[in-house]
Amino acid sequence: MSNIPLIMFLVFIAITLGITYWASRRSAGASAYFAASRQIKGWQNGVAVAGDYMSAASFLGIAGIIAFQGYDGFLFSVGWLVAYLTVLLVIAEPLRNAGKYTMADVLAYRLKPRPVRGMASLSTLTVSTFYMIAQMVGAGTLVKLLLGGMVTYNQAVIGVGLLMIVYVVFGGMLATTWVQIIKAILLMAGTLLLSILVMAHFRFSFREFFTAISQVTYHDAKGAVVVKDFLTPGLRYKPPYGPLDLISLGMALIFGTAGLPHILVRFYTVPDAKTARHSVVWAMVLIGSFYIMTTFLGFGAATIVGPDFIRGHGGTNMSAPLLANALGGGVFFAFISAIAFATILAVVAGLTISATTSFSHDFWTNVIHNGVERKPGEEVMVARISAFVVGAVAIGLAIVLQTANVAFLVALAFAVAASANLPVIVLSIFWRRFNTAGAVTGLAVGLLASIGLILVSPSVMGIDPPTITGAARHLIQVKPWFPLENPGILSIPLGFLGAILGTLVSHEPTSQEKFNELLVRSNTGLGAEKATAAH
Amino acid sequence: MGDAARNLAVAEPKQYRTSKSTWDEIANGRPFQDLMATKKVFIVPAFIFFVVYYFALPVLVGYAPQFMATKVGYVNLAYLFALSQFFVAWIIAGLYVKAANDFDRLAKDILDKAELDKARDGQGGK
Repeated sequence: MSNIPLIMFLVFIAITLGITYWASRRSAGASAYFAASRQIKGWQNGVAVAGDYMSAASFLGIAGIIAFQGYDGFLFSVGWLVAYLTVLLVIAEPLRNAGKYTMADVLAYRLKPRPVRGMASLSTLTVSTFYMIAQMVGAGTLVKLLLGGMVTYNQAVIGVGLLMIVYVVFGGMLATTWVQIIKAILLMAGTLLLSILVMAHFRFSFREFFTAISQVTYHDAKGAVVVKDFLTPGLRYKPPYGPLDLISLGMALIFGTAGLPHILVRFYTVPDAKTARHSVVWAMVLIGSFYIMTTFLGFGAATIVGPDFIRGHGGTNMSAPLLANALGGGVFFAFISAIAFATILAVVAGLTISATTSFSHDFWTNVIHNGVERKPGEEVMVARISAFVVGAVAIGLAIVLQTANVAFLVALAFAVAASANLPVIVLSIFWRRFNTAGAVTGLAVGLLASIGLILVSPSVMGIDPPTITGAARHLIQVKPWFPLENPGILSIPLGFLGAILGTLVSHEPTSQEKFNELLVRSNTGLGAEKATAAH
Repeated sequence: MGDAARNLAVAEPKQYRTSKSTWDEIANGRPFQDLMATKKVFIVPAFIFFVVYYFALPVLVGYAPQFMATKVGYVNLAYLFALSQFFVAWIIAGLYVKAANDFDRLAKDILDKAELDKARDGQGGK
């Protein structure tokens, strides 16, 4: 293995550190630190949303799932784009109009700030932490593989963790935004190039490409040769529960994306709701194009590299880099690896800043200190300190969980976002009767239902033969109590039910009195936070 | 310290604040009711359509895999339907942006009037 991947990693690190230095000189003041002074342009924010959203799970993970399970993997791609219609039609503009830095701002308008912000902060930290652990464990394994064993797992995790801390502590939202923009552009370029090379391999004939897909050949677990049409549904989601799981997954994606804190905070970085709207559309163009191209990445890896070879050279997550190696050689492998590395960094930085913003703005300033900064700049200082803590915790957990199967944590993050965050945001914007008790019960029920159901699902529970070890082994060795991998189909209605019942059994006149104010603010932008002058 | 205070002042521009009765007045006024009605006419059907169209995919793929595996040219129904989701999502997003220009126009009238009233009241009050 050559040094080219390492050199490309270092170039990316150097560029992003340069940006962080530049941003650090413009990050004075809370609005600058948390929301990049709300001066990010629409297209820039759209690209950054795409960079924030398309994680290693989607770049490397989706290519791997399609390479091994064909068409069913492509269904993830569909859900990941269509979900943005919920963001566009329901969430982005009201959130930008009525909020300041976090989703809890919107809730706190008409509800009692302390309990609501406390719970919302807990839910935000839960989603971000779960998502981050999944990314960091993946990062450690991948960076080690991509650099051909030049670094150990622990070194890779610590390196990624330190970089993300530096971006967030010194560069704030502005640095995070530009890291995400650069990553998104690299990711799109790399994916496009890879797709063109895949088609070139099939002499630009869709007939040849899809014929190859219809007869993917590999060896099954018993060593027998199998030939399968990978475009046929049902390779992953099999009866009896497969179809239901597929619907449940769809629900978590469609309603969860609009509740992901690290995506929601991005809409505070633009000057107004109209720009937020345009940035969603930009994001949809990029994200959609990317996920359509997963057809070439995933099926390309299945047909050109083959499941047998991938299994023997690092496993499913290596499908895209191995495809690059097969088509473009070592330099292209290094380029795609560097993109994977950039992808991980951009996403963990986004997660860190959303977690620290929620901790310092919601929990520290508003829950503990009743909405008063005791001295100027305290909120930003607390955020910087908590970024260190979040980073250290993420590094620690990733090292402890090295050999654990943590892929389900991404599904869990979406499930919590869909079952806890989305119901209370939607109800607080649209339902006059909604109140504090409803928000707190909704958040609590959504959070507990998703975590509880995942813990007893086949993602965590299962009986493995002794030959299966490490990351492939189920965490709890019993028969699953809940048959679906994705709890959404049950936990989302439970979240709504909790919020509605909690509201109905309690009485809070002030929440109804202030509904008109929130309604007008969220729909017209009257009194919305404005961009601050650069200085 | 002075510098930090200045930054804080920069970071927190004055927000529009007004009394409950003014909020209620705006919310119950004709222009705002028109805005909400205009939004509803587009957003509710668009939302229902995309949710139904999207969930048709897992339902059909999950419960009628044989039918969805029907060959169409080089590909099959399942792949074509999945691919169509991307274009339908883009079309809905495009239509929304177009419709939202009307929302912006209606909202701007409400904003302008509110700011104007505020300025006049401010002068009268002090």
